[in-house]
Amino acid sequence: MAHEVVLLDFWPSMFGMRVRVALAEKGIKYEYKEEDLRNKSPLLLKMNPIHKKIPVLIHNGKPVCESLVIVQYIDEVWKDKNPFLPSDPYHKAHSRFWADFIEQKVYDTARKIWATKGEEQEVAKKEFIETFKILEGELGEKPFFGGETFGFVDIALITFYSWFYTYETFGNFSIEAECPKIIAWAKRCMQKESVANSLPDQKKIYEFTVWMKKYFGMD
Amino acid sequence: MAKNDVKVLGAWPSPYVMRPRIALNIKSVNYEFLEETFGSKSELLLQSNLVHKKIPVLIHGDKPICESMIIVEYIDEVWTSGPSILPSDPYDRAIQRFWAAYVDEKWFAAMKGLRSAQGEERKAFLDQVIEGLALLEEAFGKCSKGKAFFGRDRIGLLDIAFGSFLAWLKVTEKVNGVKLLDEAKTPGLVKWAERFCADAAVKSVMPETEKLLEFSKFLAAKMKGAPPPKN
Repeated sequence: MAHEVVLLDFWPSMFGMRVRVALAEKGIKYEYKEEDLRNKSPLLLKMNPIHKKIPVLIHNGKPVCESLVIVQYIDEVWKDKNPFLPSDPYHKAHSRFWADFIEQKVYDTARKIWATKGEEQEVAKKEFIETFKILEGELGEKPFFGGETFGFVDIALITFYSWFYTYETFGNFSIEAECPKIIAWAKRCMQKESVANSLPDQKKIYEFTVWMKKYFGMD
Repeated sequence: MAKNDVKVLGAWPSPYVMRPRIALNIKSVNYEFLEETFGSKSELLLQSNLVHKKIPVLIHGDKPICESMIIVEYIDEVWTSGPSILPSDPYDRAIQRFWAAYVDEKWFAAMKGLRSAQGEERKAFLDQVIEGLALLEEAFGKCSKGKAFFGRDRIGLLDIAFGSFLAWLKVTEKVNGVKLLDEAKTPGLVKWAERFCADAAVKSVMPETEKLLEFSKFLAAKMKGAPPPKN
């Protein structure tokens, strides 16, 4: 079956990165299209009229939206290589639960670390550390959240790693000091080509955030 | 399988709790419904859902599964002899999951906002709710392809996700004196809602509007008496 795969994305987006990692894990060739979110393309608006957001995967002309929905879709279509989810329903539900936990708990809190100051920032830092300590507990002694192999939960979380330097610099704290197992896990993931090639350099993300704060008058 | 091998921890007014119950009914699985008392959490709940401490929880044997839509997919994957809840085609599955996420994250968020908002803010939430229903009407046309449900011939994932909010939708209509599902604007959804609520898998777990309205008044009074939320 011929596959025409296009990804509408924005390079600093940890949600877009999830799809890049998933596509790389499956060895799928695709066309990457960078969106300027201040000036969204007609294609993006047509393919995601509901949210008008990236990432959007366009597979043989048909759009799939929402990063974790896309990752599951990729896993189900290209099912013969590197499965992301366990086959057993209970372990699958367990993986989905933790991906959902990440979805509920990480982004908004993390954003406040670089976007706010003072009391609000302190509260966000505290919540961020609490969340990652819970995740450390779930990881335990396993090499990956998926167990012996890199999987769905690892994909959901690892993309935030590219933003860690940004969080640490704006928040003036060390994630490694608070959650060493998470850093060890992240470095393990970064040894995979699919991850290393999909995540931008942490310093570049920081420079982007500095620029973005100035541009939107958030300083 | 013996009835006490499958338990659902929940509460009758919760749309999220309705979801696994509908799914179990579709699969003709007997289960024990353990009702939580409003305002307190049982030991079993706290032990089964250490992370969120929320209902619903499905306990299958000794294994807890949490988060309503994750539970529904689990039920579909375990009880394969019953009718399928998710379609088999990956693209159709992605569409159902996309809209289920939309219903939870965007549409019901606006419904909840409507409950406590006043004045201009209230009008803004109401507009969002109505806009959302227009989108869902269009989605219904595309998903159902002329059949009875979002899942086509049978109730599927998105029917369960959205349909579980119908009792609260009716309460919201009464409380706000508005028609949200409208024969003129959302004719497809009006008929779908009737079919959904009448379905054998749904009827026994969908609360009566009057009973839910009473509960909603009780809840509103409780919230007024509660201390102001921390900023």
